[in-house]
Amino acid sequence: MTPIEITRNPIIKATLRNRWPQFVIRVIALAGFVLAIVAGFVGTPVGNHNFGIVFVWIVWWALLMLILVPLAGRSWCAVCPIPMPGEWLQNGALLKPRGKGFGLNRKWPKRFRNIWMQNIAFTLLALFSAVVLTQPSVTGVVLLLFLIIALVTSLIFERRAFCRYLCPVGGFIGLYSQVAPVEVRVKDPAVCAVHSEKSCYTGSQDGYGCPWLVYPGTLTKNINCGLCMECLRTCTQDNVALNLRSFGADLKQSSGHKLDEAFKAFIMLGAALTYSAVMLGPWGELKSAAYSIGTAEWLVYAVTLLGLIYVILPGAFLIAVGVGRTLARVLNPPQGSRESLKKSFAAFATALIPLGLMAWIAFSLSFVFASLSYVWPVLSDPLGAGWNLFGTAGVAWQPYLMSIVPFLQAGVLIGGLGWACVVARRIAAEQQTGRVVTWEALPVMGFCFVVTAGLLGLLIG
Amino acid sequence: MKAERLALLLVVVLTIGVPLAAVVARSNPDAIAVRAQMADDGGWTPGDLAVAMGQPLHLRLTSDDVVHSFAVGHSAIPAVDVLPGQWTTTTLMFDQPGKYTFYCTRWCGPNHWRMRGTIEVTGDVTNTTPIIPPLYVTLNLDLDAPHPSEVVPSERPSATRGAALGLKIDRAWEAAESPAQLWQQLRSDASTKNLSDDQVWDLVALAWRSNTTPERLAEGQQLYAQNCAACHGETGKGDGVIAPTLQKTPMSGMSMSGHETVAPIAFTDAKSMLGASDAILEGKIVRGGMGTGMPYWGPIFTAEQIQVVVEYLWTFQFDR
Repeated sequence: MTPIEITRNPIIKATLRNRWPQFVIRVIALAGFVLAIVAGFVGTPVGNHNFGIVFVWIVWWALLMLILVPLAGRSWCAVCPIPMPGEWLQNGALLKPRGKGFGLNRKWPKRFRNIWMQNIAFTLLALFSAVVLTQPSVTGVVLLLFLIIALVTSLIFERRAFCRYLCPVGGFIGLYSQVAPVEVRVKDPAVCAVHSEKSCYTGSQDGYGCPWLVYPGTLTKNINCGLCMECLRTCTQDNVALNLRSFGADLKQSSGHKLDEAFKAFIMLGAALTYSAVMLGPWGELKSAAYSIGTAEWLVYAVTLLGLIYVILPGAFLIAVGVGRTLARVLNPPQGSRESLKKSFAAFATALIPLGLMAWIAFSLSFVFASLSYVWPVLSDPLGAGWNLFGTAGVAWQPYLMSIVPFLQAGVLIGGLGWACVVARRIAAEQQTGRVVTWEALPVMGFCFVVTAGLLGLLIG
Repeated sequence: MKAERLALLLVVVLTIGVPLAAVVARSNPDAIAVRAQMADDGGWTPGDLAVAMGQPLHLRLTSDDVVHSFAVGHSAIPAVDVLPGQWTTTTLMFDQPGKYTFYCTRWCGPNHWRMRGTIEVTGDVTNTTPIIPPLYVTLNLDLDAPHPSEVVPSERPSATRGAALGLKIDRAWEAAESPAQLWQQLRSDASTKNLSDDQVWDLVALAWRSNTTPERLAEGQQLYAQNCAACHGETGKGDGVIAPTLQKTPMSGMSMSGHETVAPIAFTDAKSMLGASDAILEGKIVRGGMGTGMPYWGPIFTAEQIQVVVEYLWTFQFDR
């Protein structure tokens, strides 16, 4: 599908270029974020009656994983409130650039210009997630830490270093945003090549240089583009566009496969499997081990989780890739795969992006519709203080759409498996020529099948 | 600059104003907020309340963990459920000064019974009815002394069978006397010489069951189910839902730390029950089992309530 430039519409373009709509949404989000922190510290400790738990881990999560990421990629990052205070200090302004801001403006260290830190941050969060997701005070602490770390990072490093290199949420949003049917791209790279000012990167009176440290002229994947629209505002050549495109367009890229992104895919897949077992499974001992932070049981749980996401899944996947390469070599001598095993491993991990996204959608479906009715009482009584602001405090809990959720989950998981297989075969085709493409991809497809079967068993079976 | 100021106003109002307003509005001066948590996590907060006699005490109750219930001992105020994350309001009024105990009536956890607090009601005493001490005090009974029955029936005694014997016995039920003592006396009585040991036990059952009414037993059963069955079990076998968390075997000596527990007694155990008297059972309920984990119910149950519970306990030994 040829991308459709939706910024051709003058109203859409003017709305996106205008700072106010985005600013207002972000300030509302920031107010909600602060309220979630406050609710964590002074609100009821009962999770399903606390604004922090209900609006962060149910409403926001549902919005993020079921709508924003699959349909609009990093659109959440465009309105995320976490970096706002730091950005205001950096920029010395709330809206438009206004002289010199505050901060050391250092460059992010070269060795950490990858998403390994995000991988580690997400892993840390995953280890404590059973408590973080259920205890308002812990959620409050975590959200406050996000805000503080983002602020400190902004004061030391340039632009949105926190979002690009540290944010555990931004890491997986970026990975899965490659599936989304929207992109910001330059219309004609040749125009950028001869444009000496590069105002999209350096900034201008109309806006800031790319906060995500990306040069739009060479942007080919969504992974690092925060959809903040600054380049749309600062491009003096009217050469930046917001496009509608086919789903998964970035997955067709034949280059730029990185190991850190591959591991992000394993982390997300492993976390989806683990959460499904811990939070939805019938194993009480597993559940209590995940909750008992610091105990021997929790240590076993933590080591198992770490082993799954950093050793077992990547190890099994490596074997699958290796077997596929061997099959290709045996069946199609003398060519075989043209890439090294490491590169093949990173490339084939692209297949885990649709698989992982669909796994998270299926996992989210299982609790989002079951818990969504908690929203009404919390809307009227966000701190659990006995209020009834909108007359909805007494609305009783009731699960929504539970009769169709298993079918949705099955459809999503099987669809994800099919999509992953298509991607795996395409990658195999990039790696070699001949009739044995499917044979090279087959073990990877088998890996995806086993993971899908496991998730089907955990979520539906 | 105008846009910047507007932006700043928006930021201040939304991100500082809204959360601040929420925090300020939290406090409700019209009622005292009482939070309930399982005893291990703090119980009632605050645990001590005060009010003047004849003045309303407005309370807002909520639970921070599981379902609890709020009730006041020695009062006719009905218990109210205290639900997690929800607020329940109740108003108390006392017509006599004193120290009242409020407590949880839901089996909320292993230390459920520790969920107690006090309400100090100040004012001049208007009720001059003298306080009657429990029987174990007036009789100077040692509640902790073992009181096994030397004889036990081979089958469960039945009041109906006892009545069918058509024997008129002189001995009546006495609060200080145990069934075993009555059995011994009846057994030595010439009028029962033709009866088997179990038939004499049937006469004892008749004596005990004649001392109550179905209405009193129903009330006793309700109190037992609400307050005792968590440990002693619905059927009195000492196998309530909380029993597994208590020690399996009774300790040989008495513990003084106050934290140790023993396995709840089985009211179906003839050897220990038939050697006890109403006065002993009443005393154990009023005072609690020292060093056993058995809570004291004196500040909660009225004397009448304790008596109906004791009458109900005998149904675990004696059939109708």
